[in-house]
Amino acid sequence: MTTTTSGAQVRGRGRGRRGKKGAKQDPIVAGVRWLDERLGVAKGGRTLLDKIFPDHWSFLLGEIALYSFVVLVATGVFLSLYFVPSASEIIYHGAYAPLRGSKVSAAFASTVNLSFGVRSGLVIRQMHHWAADVFVGAIAVHMCRIFFTGAFRKPRELNWMIGITLLILALTNGFIGYSLPDDLVSGTGLRIMFSIVLSIPVVGSYLAIFLFGGNFPGDGSIIPRLFIVHVLVVPLIILGLLAAHLGLLVRQKHTQFPGHGRTEKNVVGSPMYPTFIAKTTGFLFVTTGVLWALGGLAQINPIWQFGQYEPYKISYAVQPDWYMGWLDGALRIMPPWSFHAFGHTLPFVVFFPAVLFPGICFNLFYAWPYVEKKLTGDNAEHNLLDRPRDKPRRTAIGVASLAFFFTLFAASSTDVLANYFKISLNEVLWFFRFAVFIVPTIAGFFAYYLCREMSGVPGIGRRKRAVVITRTATGEYESVSSAPRPGDSGEELAPTPVPARIELNGELEPAEAVTSGVRRIPRR
Amino acid sequence: MSDDTDDVTAGNGAPAGVPMTRFDDPHLQPYAKNPRRAEMFIGLLLLLGLAGFCAYGGLYWVGGQTQWEAVFGGVGFFAFGFGLSAWGKYLLPQGPFVEERHILASTEPEVEAMAAAIEDRGKMVFRRRGFLGTILGAGAGVMGVVLAFPLIRSLGPQPKKLLDTTNWRPGSQLVDINGRPIHQADLEVGGSLTVFPQGFEGTSVNQTMLVRPGPVDVSIVTMPGRETWGPKGYVAYSKLCTHAGCPVGLYEEALQKLLCPCHQSLFDVLTGANPVFGPAPRPLPQLPLMIDSGGFIRAQAGYDQPVGPGFWERS
Repeated sequence: MTTTTSGAQVRGRGRGRRGKKGAKQDPIVAGVRWLDERLGVAKGGRTLLDKIFPDHWSFLLGEIALYSFVVLVATGVFLSLYFVPSASEIIYHGAYAPLRGSKVSAAFASTVNLSFGVRSGLVIRQMHHWAADVFVGAIAVHMCRIFFTGAFRKPRELNWMIGITLLILALTNGFIGYSLPDDLVSGTGLRIMFSIVLSIPVVGSYLAIFLFGGNFPGDGSIIPRLFIVHVLVVPLIILGLLAAHLGLLVRQKHTQFPGHGRTEKNVVGSPMYPTFIAKTTGFLFVTTGVLWALGGLAQINPIWQFGQYEPYKISYAVQPDWYMGWLDGALRIMPPWSFHAFGHTLPFVVFFPAVLFPGICFNLFYAWPYVEKKLTGDNAEHNLLDRPRDKPRRTAIGVASLAFFFTLFAASSTDVLANYFKISLNEVLWFFRFAVFIVPTIAGFFAYYLCREMSGVPGIGRRKRAVVITRTATGEYESVSSAPRPGDSGEELAPTPVPARIELNGELEPAEAVTSGVRRIPRR
Repeated sequence: MSDDTDDVTAGNGAPAGVPMTRFDDPHLQPYAKNPRRAEMFIGLLLLLGLAGFCAYGGLYWVGGQTQWEAVFGGVGFFAFGFGLSAWGKYLLPQGPFVEERHILASTEPEVEAMAAAIEDRGKMVFRRRGFLGTILGAGAGVMGVVLAFPLIRSLGPQPKKLLDTTNWRPGSQLVDINGRPIHQADLEVGGSLTVFPQGFEGTSVNQTMLVRPGPVDVSIVTMPGRETWGPKGYVAYSKLCTHAGCPVGLYEEALQKLLCPCHQSLFDVLTGANPVFGPAPRPLPQLPLMIDSGGFIRAQAGYDQPVGPGFWERS
């Protein structure tokens, strides 16, 4: 090892810190040593503390999903202490006066009770629901980030697929979750789900009837069954895949946008400890705070207003949670095709939009890294991200897909739109049957040409500086760039490895001589 | 390695000999231009967080109130978290720091060695023991199938005729949800009511929409062959949508249409509940009605086809 002067200082100080046998030991050193002698953590642990996290805002999106999941687990545990997953009929005697004396299921009654009879119960229940909505949303937006910047490319195809699986699981568990309280909306959702399973050729009626324990609504076993899937099976799989998702992230390290000092072979940013830990723990609390405020201020799923589910009851504008909207829209605009032959029926009108179509979508998502590889012939490793404008074709495909799903989502409120705009339902439906193909096409082409335009402009995406035009006394015009604004000026330092040791010199305050305010140039 | 030195540079994958950094290294300076002000700001945020938590605790103690719980808890968490994040962003070393990437891929011989190990040892296992392999495979396959029995098959009954039948029988008395028999004078023209066969009130599969599009002296003939099915201006259809099974709950008297609120299928009441709009692929099955000697409405017979959405076994 090359002995540098500073290296000598390290040793010099080290002696004092570490101490000789019998001398008083630094408790942190003692702790690390205890762990290290048993698990050998010092070297790898040091590398982990030094792990670099790029400082780009878009990297927060996945964290929102992660922390929503943390909130979901915490609030979910609370709810499971009070929720009774049973369809058995009871007479309600709880805190909510309008329901007293009516026949409801134990699931419904316990949900109302934990909302009104348990302190903070309503906040935590609604927080759970909001967190589920935010969870799926954050996953979707995070997925867009990965897609549009090309972060799914080699070597990260596997993590992309784990992410898609997490999306599917989040959707599934969200649906199951709001099906549990046995209110009018959830029962209607289950009724439609029964019909969807029923539509599967050959095995559909077996699966549906096994699952519900009879023809709909079954023998009451669907709620306890869904409950255990909701609180144990799916969360456990999510937890495992989440660990794998983050494990792969650590193993493969982060992607980063190109910039000063950043190459395919390094990662530039803040170290895990202490900078990133502080920021991300803070962000966990910020996410929790927002969900907490939503939980008490923004009412969601007021089941006491919907009432107990009865199979013969229905309400106007029954809509699922937002993330099921695209499937509901697909169900609504599908033409009424049903095939009959050889004594069998294929209810294509349900089977296609609710089974085949999402299956095709998710399989396309899974396959996308390889589809793109096939189209571009690019099999190289990529650790630097793309700017979406630099990849017009990918961006166009992404924008078209988003437009497609947004149109389907809008189609899930045909009745509300028809009512609101006073147009006939018929026209709204036919509009969406065409729009679902036309809107994505237009959006895709628009995105493509926009990208092409932008890629030709110099300095695009950079902060623009005002140009002041002045007239001299002689009538000549002169253009002068305005003074740089704060943040424009500072020179960016060359990135350096996280220092092994920091010389504190016994004083924690930095010397006054240090030029404070050496600022980084804003991220480009 | 000399005396008591540890390799303190082992982290970060950096080459050995990274020098110790002085505290005034520009990389260690905070991002904040004015750290004092940032400290004050962060301190205030953390204090606000602390106050929010205290307020929430106090509110809980005195009984709680949903909206204020949200405000106190939400502001508490938000300010506390914002302060901590700001601490990380504005007061901790700004870097930028760098970490080298290590090539994950192994060398070609290493890859081949692993593949060879799998292949060769695998061949060794099955060498001249193909029959054992066959039995192993068959056993594993059967194991998988029989394990699915308790997992799936035990869940419920076989479908058999469950999806094809209802509890409507010839002569079934029409009753409302409370079990009250329906008399021919009960509905006004333009009225509608959900009815069930007596004894099956509230059941899903039997729910039937009784509507009265015409006055007492009119027989509603919805299709040829159904001349007697709609006596005294009454007509009845299964309330289960043929699309996805929602209750077709809305009777639009002016248009003589039944609307399903789930996916907006529209059925024409006067022409055998033919779907005229939306995704429903089939008409709603019609229940043949009759009026008994007491003037009460009964079913002439059960439904002549399975009610509700389509399924594979439906002919």
